[in-house]
Amino acid sequence: MKPAPFEYAAPDNLEEVVSLLEENEGDAKVLSGGQSLMPLLNMRLARPEVLVDLARVPGLDYVREDDGLLVIGAMTRQRTVELSPIVGEGHPLVLEATRNVAHPQNRNQGTFGGSLAHADPSAEYPALAVALGAKLKAVGPDGEREIDADEFFVTYLTTDLEAAEVLTEVRIPKLPAGAAWSFTELARRHGDYALAGVASYFSRGDDGKVADARIVLFGVGATPVRATKAEQELIGQTPGAAVFESVRKAVLDDVEEPQTDVHASAEQRRSLAAVLTQRGLVDAARRAGISL
Amino acid sequence: MPTPRQIQVTVNGRRYESTVEPRLTLADYLRHEISLPGTHVGCEHGVCGACTVLWNGRAVRSCIMLAVQADGSEITTVEGLATDGALNPIQQAFLEEHGLQCGFCTPGFLMTVTEMLEHNPNPSDEEIYDYLGGQICRCTGYQSILAAVRSAIQKKASA
Repeated sequence: MKPAPFEYAAPDNLEEVVSLLEENEGDAKVLSGGQSLMPLLNMRLARPEVLVDLARVPGLDYVREDDGLLVIGAMTRQRTVELSPIVGEGHPLVLEATRNVAHPQNRNQGTFGGSLAHADPSAEYPALAVALGAKLKAVGPDGEREIDADEFFVTYLTTDLEAAEVLTEVRIPKLPAGAAWSFTELARRHGDYALAGVASYFSRGDDGKVADARIVLFGVGATPVRATKAEQELIGQTPGAAVFESVRKAVLDDVEEPQTDVHASAEQRRSLAAVLTQRGLVDAARRAGISL
Repeated sequence: MPTPRQIQVTVNGRRYESTVEPRLTLADYLRHEISLPGTHVGCEHGVCGACTVLWNGRAVRSCIMLAVQADGSEITTVEGLATDGALNPIQQAFLEEHGLQCGFCTPGFLMTVTEMLEHNPNPSDEEIYDYLGGQICRCTGYQSILAAVRSAIQKKASA
């Protein structure tokens, strides 16, 4: 349980990070908080030649608001996000997702950007990013580009980032005003990776009917899964137990290829995703003061 | 052979300068390079919490952190808690409430509780569970650890 040997670089600027990644294309790994990478190194499931540590690059650690968007630097510790007054006051779904990320001891070290770039389909932040329509900023040899969260997650542990690109910033829209929201997951033990989970919100029009809805599942596919059929069941309806029951059934269809592993079977995961969605909607409605 | 790195780390108030291999974890650095074996190594992949230390005041897993990442940082280990052989209130509470049996997980619990009470002197039960959820004990069944934490809160409040 010790990492295989590697070279280590801790550049103090992004240009050098990118050129190191370019020089060592495919053999280098970016180290941010290390809460996922270090276990892989210890177990020798990953054996990079070079680790490029982002920790000494200044200006990647911030939480701010800009144009109504929540803007988070890639190297911001998850704990910083959790304790940020900006997040606490105006971004409840981000806060609730963060509280579900592993344990406080991991959040103290793990970073916001690191979790997204690692792209574990059971992780909270990728689902959060898709649910809120975040935009991810990356820097590479050809300069900077912005990637929609919808397109960022390609498959298991794989993102749209090129080998020499590095995630630098995430821009996250606010929930619609008055939206009912929920972040719900089930893990064997509190703080473990979720067997399944769901980030959801809906907003209502003046007639009290659902005008807009987002339901994004995690732990049930190779990437976060947008439950579009379930969203359609909700939109145009008056929130209530009967509607939430048909949403639950629709989720069963939205979940196509959940994984089977030692933790849960595919069928368990599908069923969990559906039940958690239903429970999440009930929580969301209650929190928003909607009588069911 | 990868290039060794020079690091400077302040551990329990004492400054150390060392040359280390990049792949050396902070836990192994503390135990083997500077002879502070109070930090225990359990699962070695960040799950059990036995290796928890304070990194610039925050509880982290030293088995999934590299020594080179700690360059320029302040680390506190369980050896830094007692003063001149006198247990601090948290340690004293664990002793009195039987918050340990074999003691293997105890350094990690103590460091986690230290951080929790530093930032939140009066945590709710929910907050205590959230913090302690990151530490695994295979002996006590946790109830005596919870009793120790509650006693430590009292001791610190009346200190």
